[in-house]
Amino acid sequence: MSQHPAIELVGIDKSFGAVHANKNINLKVEKGTIHGIIGENGAGKSTLMSIIYGFYQADRGEIRIDGKPLDIRDSQTAIAAGIGMVHQHFMLVENFTVLENVMLGAEGGQLLAKGVSGARKELKRLETDYGLDVDPDALIEDLPVGKQQRVEILKALYRSADILILDEPTGVLTPAEADHLFKVLKVLRDQGKTVILITHKLREIMAITDEVSVMRRGEMVATRKTAETTVEELAELMVGRRVLLRVEKGAAKPGKVLLSVKNLTVKDARGVTMVDNVSFDVREGEIVGIAGVAGNGQSELLEAIAGIRKPASGEILLDGQPIANADPARLRALGLAHIPEDRHHMGLVLKFEEYENSVLGYHRDPRYGRGALLDLKAIQADAVEKIEKYDIRPPNPRLKTANFSGGNQQKIVVAREIERDPKALIIGQPTRGVDIGAIEFIHRRIVEMRDAGKALLLVSVELDEIRSLSDRILVMFAGKVVGEKTPDAGEQTLGLMMAGIAA
Amino acid sequence: MSTASVPLPNWITYGLMPLLNLLVAFFISGLVVWWIGEDPLAALKLLIEGSLGRGDAIGFTLFYATSFIFTGLSVAVAFHAGLFNIGSEGQAYLGGLGAALVALALDRYVPWYVTMPFAVIGAALFGAAWAFIPAWLQAKRGSHVVITTIMFNFIGAALMVYLLVNVLIVPGKMAPETRTFLPGGQLPKLDWLMAWFGLKLGPAPFNVSFLIALVMAFLVWVLIWRTKLGYEMRTLGISPSAAIYAGIPYGRTVIIAMLISGGLAGMMALNPVMGASARLQVEFVGGAGFVGIAVSLMGRSHPLGIVLAALLFGILYQGGADLSFEMPNITREMIVVIQGLVILFAGALEYMFRPAMVHLYQRLKRA
Repeated sequence: MSQHPAIELVGIDKSFGAVHANKNINLKVEKGTIHGIIGENGAGKSTLMSIIYGFYQADRGEIRIDGKPLDIRDSQTAIAAGIGMVHQHFMLVENFTVLENVMLGAEGGQLLAKGVSGARKELKRLETDYGLDVDPDALIEDLPVGKQQRVEILKALYRSADILILDEPTGVLTPAEADHLFKVLKVLRDQGKTVILITHKLREIMAITDEVSVMRRGEMVATRKTAETTVEELAELMVGRRVLLRVEKGAAKPGKVLLSVKNLTVKDARGVTMVDNVSFDVREGEIVGIAGVAGNGQSELLEAIAGIRKPASGEILLDGQPIANADPARLRALGLAHIPEDRHHMGLVLKFEEYENSVLGYHRDPRYGRGALLDLKAIQADAVEKIEKYDIRPPNPRLKTANFSGGNQQKIVVAREIERDPKALIIGQPTRGVDIGAIEFIHRRIVEMRDAGKALLLVSVELDEIRSLSDRILVMFAGKVVGEKTPDAGEQTLGLMMAGIAA
Repeated sequence: MSTASVPLPNWITYGLMPLLNLLVAFFISGLVVWWIGEDPLAALKLLIEGSLGRGDAIGFTLFYATSFIFTGLSVAVAFHAGLFNIGSEGQAYLGGLGAALVALALDRYVPWYVTMPFAVIGAALFGAAWAFIPAWLQAKRGSHVVITTIMFNFIGAALMVYLLVNVLIVPGKMAPETRTFLPGGQLPKLDWLMAWFGLKLGPAPFNVSFLIALVMAFLVWVLIWRTKLGYEMRTLGISPSAAIYAGIPYGRTVIIAMLISGGLAGMMALNPVMGASARLQVEFVGGAGFVGIAVSLMGRSHPLGIVLAALLFGILYQGGADLSFEMPNITREMIVVIQGLVILFAGALEYMFRPAMVHLYQRLKRA
């Protein structure tokens, strides 16, 4: 083996118009290592990886694979050079089998039959070599996400990738699935492959990488041996200032029951039961967290409470009043605010200017205009107030919402819902795709709401977030609440419950 | 990321780029004219002179533009709510029935300015009523409004022919049309407005409904950008899921948007029926409903843009008619080709020059 690094970037520079996404990036990734790249959203990680994979061309700089400069103009070149990419959103054909997906784009000739038998043999070998066990004839849509991800990795290996790039690979996995993925990555490394892991989860970096590079605002600010750094140092490097990683909160002082769900069953459009006979209470002054792997009915539960989805049966009470059939406008009037899971599709109209979104759902309030007309001055003044209080940047209510960063978009939603001073607040994925600085801020607001005696229901796929914010944790699996735990319950216990194994 | 998210100043987005698109459309039209053996510059001169060269030419141009403003606004209002109303043609046709019934009922007894408000309401009501059934089907049954409104164009046409041939026809006459309205049922011409500019209107039917169209353009602007209903319509149009989240009632908003859209289309009938021919005739709409789609597209669904686009299409309509008269090689169909090119470049390819424009703008700003 030569002494060259597997991949080396020298002075990579890339601008999109006025946005300088990558500034003079230098990076060396040694062969047979797992190299982590962390950074906040918008720090330029994805751009950098897209340059390596040939989606974009760098304005300046050089990529060296195994010591040799390579001009990567498209992904074919990257694949030929032994680079494989596992995207955050899988690029799989849902109604194809595993084998068909792996072969796609590498069929080997006009007739399928010959390629198929060869591919089957090769796939078997890869599966046994790396412990990536998947049934080659299973349809993708029938596989759980963890296995779908394995197919993505197999796809890359099938194209004889030596360098594997994984973009936020654990976002959709249960803790157990994530652990298995890490084992696979270690096997890959031990067999001489190079792994680049992009993530914003510091814990993963510490658990699995050999080296870690930190990006901030388009620059590569530091590279450390993982063994020689700490979570605190990395967080500080990412954000550029000291960050509180733990949520500081006192003991809860729960009062009377404010939000009550009784025997609630919710079905989706196809009639499949998504929430199955669920009951629980949320009291004033407490945060109830709902843990679970995405897709186990939490979204439907939230939407049913928020009036977006009609429940099939069961009762929902807000302060003693039945609200199971109330529409979102009426629920707002009754004092139920909702931070939706998906700010892009629900919480915001991205093409609107910021101030227009700052009243979405509350636009009929007489405060924002009498009669049929909107009082734009009042709305903008109100928006400016929220912008200042929540430090939304840039502080311009006339800017199109799509042009704000993810964290600031989320702050627009959080400000709108919290500043109405509701009685109860239901929150879905409050910090999905939000950078560390904003996470800290949003978490503090949520705890303040609790301390002000509000009832809060929190759904998140981030187990850490559930554990650090909640006063009680309910675990959902396959539409049912399978148990209740206190936040000091071990991660493993919760993880097993989330996987439906133990109660 | 691409250049799509780089902000450009409004004068480029709404001024320079449409102008550039228009120039390209005219340039390619010129090539087509040259290809069939005519002189493009002479053709352009004829087109401009035929539409803007004389008082009566301008009068005809503005007459056509008036109809296009109404139908363009109609399409735009529905479009803001995420609905593609292809039925402005039929709604305008039915609107004519509303206007004509008012005119026939009142013209003997009162002067035109008393008839006018009732005629406006009558035309809008009939247009809105014709939009109501497709709107209701979309709101409650999910039947796609594009399909239902286009079907209602045919039903409307058949209904109007039946009524004109069997019910409204003047007994003993051959032509399927109502009797001629008395002056109390006509909208007067705007000679005085033309006289301000020292122009003579001549035989052109440019009439008061132009002013009604401008008032409606203003009211549509208020509706879309200054009212709660407009806010709800825009939310629904851009993001139906956000509209559900915000508690905006889908069915009610869809129906109201379509009623307003149909009403605006109906008012278009005032122009030809009460402003020009002073009677209700078959097929008086003459495709203005469909031109409205192009006008709305080109005007970016903004009332000001729609007024400007309607003027452009008025010029193409009137100038084109003159052109095909003077240059027999350039047939009516050729004019349609030119209009098609304008729609293609100014509507469908509106962002074609955007990346280049972004680069140029940034270079200039840096320099």
